[in-house]
Amino acid sequence: MEGGFSDIWVYLSASPLLHLFLTLLAYLGGQKLYERLGMHPLVNPVLIAVIVLVAILIVTETPYLVYFEGAQFVHFLLGPATVALALPLYRQVSRIRKALIPILLSVVFGSLVATGSAVAIGWAFDISEATLISIAPKSVTTPVAMGISEKLGGLPSLTAVFVILTGILGAMIGPLMLDLFRFKDWAARGFAIGIAAHGIGTARAMQVSEVAGAFSGLAMGLNALATAILLPLLWQLFF
Amino acid sequence: MIGAITLLLGCQLLGELFIAATGWPLPGPVVGMVILFTGLMIHGKVPAPVAAVSDTLLRNLSLLFIPAGVGVMLHLSLIEREWIGVTAALIGSTAITVVLTALLMVGLKKFTRVGQGSVGGDS
Repeated sequence: MEGGFSDIWVYLSASPLLHLFLTLLAYLGGQKLYERLGMHPLVNPVLIAVIVLVAILIVTETPYLVYFEGAQFVHFLLGPATVALALPLYRQVSRIRKALIPILLSVVFGSLVATGSAVAIGWAFDISEATLISIAPKSVTTPVAMGISEKLGGLPSLTAVFVILTGILGAMIGPLMLDLFRFKDWAARGFAIGIAAHGIGTARAMQVSEVAGAFSGLAMGLNALATAILLPLLWQLFF
Repeated sequence: MIGAITLLLGCQLLGELFIAATGWPLPGPVVGMVILFTGLMIHGKVPAPVAAVSDTLLRNLSLLFIPAGVGVMLHLSLIEREWIGVTAALIGSTAITVVLTALLMVGLKKFTRVGQGSVGGDS
């Protein structure tokens, strides 16, 4: 009997189906819990799903690459989903047009604050240089952040982790901070979350308000551009 | 629906080709977003199937970050070693960035007097 079970396990874990299924299941579970607890920003569905999945992979001694064979189908959809952000942008175009100058200035400023403050705090805590470089582009959407990190001599895969953690943190504490400082303008709220917490922040903003979602997506795209240009230039100047 | 998926992938592909040709430090999908946006502006409306597929993807955007997030398991030992500095940098920087960016945006909107169309007061 035991032999039979482990045969099934070996069969299942060798096919991409199992880990694709587990990814969707963990997300649904996280989403359910998030809804059950009144959609409180601190109950982040991505964080819950990641913790559950990492625990399962460690317990079953499954390497990340084996997991990714199944999860890559979900990961692939990030591309078309990013393209789809053109829709909220299009629907809010008149509002964006009216605030064009504030938007452009805020992007440059936000990009500098996001990278500068991360490096300054990390430096104050004496973290290693490779980690410091890897954490600098943490507020930029994953593929761009990995590219910047690689160019400056960081660890791209570590950057990807920092980017996701930043996104989760931004979606969790961002709305709380904005409430604390009594920001009521949905455009500015979404924009600030998009600068600090890229796509994960945008995902959260989209659930709360379409205006916030559109400005968040816009901020994410512009911040990727601004940081990709500014960070390598500044890095050469300071280091 | 297949048409809409093809359109999204087509825009992404054009974006990737553009990046490969110009060497710009941007991801292909972000350029693809600009291409689709330009197309929508020219077309003047969003075709219903494109709206249906896009909105489904965007409603579940968080799901799409989970595979990359699980990659944290590759760096557990490094994070364990430097967790205090890393945690401080991530939390501190994220909080500072959100508040200062929102502050500047609201201030600039007031300054340029273009906030009339936005929702609620910007106080």
